[in-house]
Amino acid sequence: MMDALIFVLAGAFATATPLLFAALGELVVEKSGVLNLSVEGMMALSAAIAFMATLQSGSHLVGFVAGAASGALLSAVFAVLVLGFMANQVAAGLAVGILGLGLSALFGRAFEGATLMGLNKVAIPLLSDIPVLGRILFTQDIVVYGGIAATGLVAWFLYRTKAGLTLRVIGENPDTAHALGMRPVGVRFLAILFGGAMAGLAGAYASTVLTPLWSQDMIAGRGWIAVALVVFGTWRPGRVAVGAYLFGAVSLLGLALQAMGIGIPAQFMTCLPYVLTIVVLVAISADKVRVRLNAPAALGESYRPAS
Amino acid sequence: MSFLGYTVLPRTQTSALALLAVPLVTIVLSIVTMVIMFSLLGADPGVVLYSFFIEPLASSYNLGELLIKASPLILIAQGLAIGFRARVWNIGAEGQLIIGAICASLLPIFWPDSQSAWMLPGMILIGALAGMAWAGIAAYLKASFNASEIIVTLMLTEIAKQVLYYLLTGPLRDPSGYNFPQSVMFPDAGLYPTFGGDGVRANLSVLITLVVTVGCWIFVTRSFAAFRLMVGGVASDAARYAGFSQRRAIWMSLLIGGAAAGLAGVGEIAGPIGKLQPILSPGYGYAAIIVAFLGGLHPVGIFFAGLFMALVYVGGDIALVSAGVPASAPVVFQGLLLIFYLASYFFVRHEVRRVPQATGLRGAA
Repeated sequence: MMDALIFVLAGAFATATPLLFAALGELVVEKSGVLNLSVEGMMALSAAIAFMATLQSGSHLVGFVAGAASGALLSAVFAVLVLGFMANQVAAGLAVGILGLGLSALFGRAFEGATLMGLNKVAIPLLSDIPVLGRILFTQDIVVYGGIAATGLVAWFLYRTKAGLTLRVIGENPDTAHALGMRPVGVRFLAILFGGAMAGLAGAYASTVLTPLWSQDMIAGRGWIAVALVVFGTWRPGRVAVGAYLFGAVSLLGLALQAMGIGIPAQFMTCLPYVLTIVVLVAISADKVRVRLNAPAALGESYRPAS
Repeated sequence: MSFLGYTVLPRTQTSALALLAVPLVTIVLSIVTMVIMFSLLGADPGVVLYSFFIEPLASSYNLGELLIKASPLILIAQGLAIGFRARVWNIGAEGQLIIGAICASLLPIFWPDSQSAWMLPGMILIGALAGMAWAGIAAYLKASFNASEIIVTLMLTEIAKQVLYYLLTGPLRDPSGYNFPQSVMFPDAGLYPTFGGDGVRANLSVLITLVVTVGCWIFVTRSFAAFRLMVGGVASDAARYAGFSQRRAIWMSLLIGGAAAGLAGVGEIAGPIGKLQPILSPGYGYAAIIVAFLGGLHPVGIFFAGLFMALVYVGGDIALVSAGVPASAPVVFQGLLLIFYLASYFFVRHEVRRVPQATGLRGAA
């Protein structure tokens, strides 16, 4: 029983890592006032590209770089649509997402069934010797630690740097930001690229480390969970991270319960993140003040540069 | 903002010419891009084009396939477009389709020996109501708690998929089906009648779609309710000033969209599939969003856009065999269509003009 619990909690960090990377990227995008619904497609494409790159080069680093690059490239298409052509963000996100899913199946089909080696766990000296906690928290692969670091960096960037403040102002009111001499289009472009690269890292981790083999529908809704996580975490990096680990634990718990023969249907556990997200969304949306405190005010609205 | 002596200006009136040209330009650009892409992948462009756009029209079997694929796409898109015009973003039609199919399937699953003529009408009614109810959750949460219908409908779609899997691995599984996650085959009373000759699978759903299309056309062009919805979408302040209820627009948009998607779900299980199974649609709920946009959110436009999108599905299946085009080709093509549509739609609202020179001459748009 204890071992099963440790297995679930330790595994939760790895399971949560792709969710966390993708959600942190989407968080920054949404903070700049842009809703990018193509996360699922970006993750799928980069999962395929990263798998191919890792298989060919034998290096996970190359795979992650290729994954981030392909995610950023696809998100650039989205950026051109919503910033250049001022397209509806919901429609543009869906379009690019569908393209990503299609391309991922196109590129990936040659590698169906191939497998890779995952990444080694890095046991942090001393800390990993702590009973129980050491095995849960301090015996993970390097990308899991990277996710924790990324959470801190995104929080620091958004709330402690001038560039982060600029990004948040643009997400609240791009017209005011423009009048103050900020550049909404440029900043949003960079934010979208960052979101794409993070979704790319998420896809790369999913296909080369977490389950190091390629199959067509391998992202299986995790991009949508990432979008949900941003709402669940009320647009705060720390809460998004907690949410990611929670969702990761929930999905593993479903598997563990099934293995132990406990009669909760696995589908019920799979649903839980979606249900929780709706609950949180309802809770923060009902009250106008709370909406203002949490969601970026200009989220989803096209910005027309004043000429 | 000018570039090489040209500048982009917002149009004061949307251009009717551009509005018509946009879908055509979109289709041409998407086809060209796809042909280039598959040539690079080593397929013969001539064969690809022939398989995609001629062969689906060349036999009565293929035409039947075209119709049964166009039918759910058009049906769902008609429902969604009414909401999109009011800027209510129901993007969970896939989930509403699934729930509609599940609920409608209860009749043939629990009465597999029935020969009642009421079975089909019952399934149609239950399917539409169930789709409505599923979308109604999003409407309630939006109208009462201001929760984004985009996120809620998306989440509800993922939940619907899990509900389907759960039911198929338990309560609704065919007991003599070797543990496969699928229901019993429906009796004939629970299947849409087919037409068009032996082996052709075109069925009643095509007729339903035609009726709905005409209904939507009348609703959109003739009714005050549709006018209110549209004003709410184009100018929400004006709508509020005129006393048009935003709450009502949300409810109406989502309920109509849900009903259409639920109906499409019935069309799948009572049509080509004939039972409940884990995969009910190849993403019709998402593809219909593309159809709605490509058709300019207009009932007639949607009708043709749906036929075209069905051509892509059927053509994709054919090209898979004849030209070795990968199975994901239709998906790539769908993505390209919407991307090019959104990009070219820019020119409905904007025009490119030459920057006025010192001579005072102005180039035409």
